[in-house]
Amino acid sequence: MTTRGFTGRRQPPEIKDRIPPGQTLTDDFPVLSAGPTPRVRTEDWSFTLKDGPKPLIKWNWVEFNALPQTKFTRDIHCVTAWSKLDTPWQGVLIDDIFAEAGIEPPTEFALAHSFDGYATNVPVKDLTGGKAMIATFYNGQPLTADHGGPARLLVPHLYFWKSAKWINGLQFTTRDEPGFWELRGYHIYGDPWREQRYTGD
Amino acid sequence: MSDQIPATKAEWQRATITEIVRQTPRVVSFFLQPSQPFAYRPGQHVDVRLSAPDGYQAQRSYSIASTPEQGEIIELAIERLEDGEVSAFFHEVATIGDEIELRGPIGGHFIWTVEDGAPILLIGGGSGVAPLISMVRHRAAQQSLAPILLLYSARTSDELIFHDELQMFNQSGNGFDLVLTLTREPSSQESDYTRRIDPAMILDVLARMPSQPKEVFVCGSNAFVNAAADALIGADVPAAIIRTERYGV
Repeated sequence: MTTRGFTGRRQPPEIKDRIPPGQTLTDDFPVLSAGPTPRVRTEDWSFTLKDGPKPLIKWNWVEFNALPQTKFTRDIHCVTAWSKLDTPWQGVLIDDIFAEAGIEPPTEFALAHSFDGYATNVPVKDLTGGKAMIATFYNGQPLTADHGGPARLLVPHLYFWKSAKWINGLQFTTRDEPGFWELRGYHIYGDPWREQRYTGD
Repeated sequence: MSDQIPATKAEWQRATITEIVRQTPRVVSFFLQPSQPFAYRPGQHVDVRLSAPDGYQAQRSYSIASTPEQGEIIELAIERLEDGEVSAFFHEVATIGDEIELRGPIGGHFIWTVEDGAPILLIGGGSGVAPLISMVRHRAAQQSLAPILLLYSARTSDELIFHDELQMFNQSGNGFDLVLTLTREPSSQESDYTRRIDPAMILDVLARMPSQPKEVFVCGSNAFVNAAADALIGADVPAAIIRTERYGV
């Protein structure tokens, strides 16, 4: 249906193909979170890889930052309908984390866990192949707490709630287990190009 | 608590504007009759979608300010944003009888019903009071005596949304406590404070409550939510009981 009297704004034609359906371009970097912003000190930070309940390997902040660094610039899309283009990140690719740990992913699914108790599920194939990283820098600066610092997951091809802030581990799971928002009405996978915002989309 | 709503698909549907009420210089309430009425819980929101003749669409999320007990019609308190696209349509174009599209209810975390227990501390900044008034109205409609304290911050007394209604609830003396702070009025008869929320104010309001809150709901801009949440944590309120909703774009 057409809304009477609504003309709206158009996205500039040169970037139109980069904005998924229902999204609006923003130059800001809005902050969204289900609870208070945790202030995680780097000396208290660690990252653990687990297979189910079993820890496989754990890095502290210094050890983690010695892993190979990768920079990438990506467009990001939040389920609250904003998109931001060309966001520059730096961190450790999930491929490099698995390689450094000397493991092949034992299952097809993973849960990302955070210091504040948040969790979100991502299929392993969406984390590998250069598609995802643990980001510690944004725009050349250490990642701020508001945006998930010291470290967040970055899976830019999925809605941004999948890019868990304040990450402290990845856990392989045998099933695709819903995380925090996925249990509260949000889509199990979250592809912005298929507009998978909510359960059943 | 009210977590983990059942997995149901919220389809886009038409809704008709049945009433328009100016609340403040920048906020207008739009009352919408959904073509397919739905059950919702206080604190949830809807997505609204507008479509231009060439197919261009814009969507935004708005908290529901009404309470389910009021019936099928939902109230959205929409703030006119500078440079707003959807809010400009509502403020400058929309009239009674117009149809828009919406889907809902959405959100399974920022929810409170009387069954969830009390005392509850609500902290709202500006139009962030919208999901909180839904909770307050729900409590009143349920004739609940659950202790609730609402700390509400606005720039000026003119910008207090639902001011008269909140004062009425406050005067009923049945466990609802209203604390107002105005950030851009040097002094005011109408408010308890004239400054931004800070740790001392949070300690004051916690002391006014009959006991430590069971849950705290904070809604407003990111800066507002961070200031309130950091002050709460500084006052030894556990992070796990603080639920936040931050207004993005």
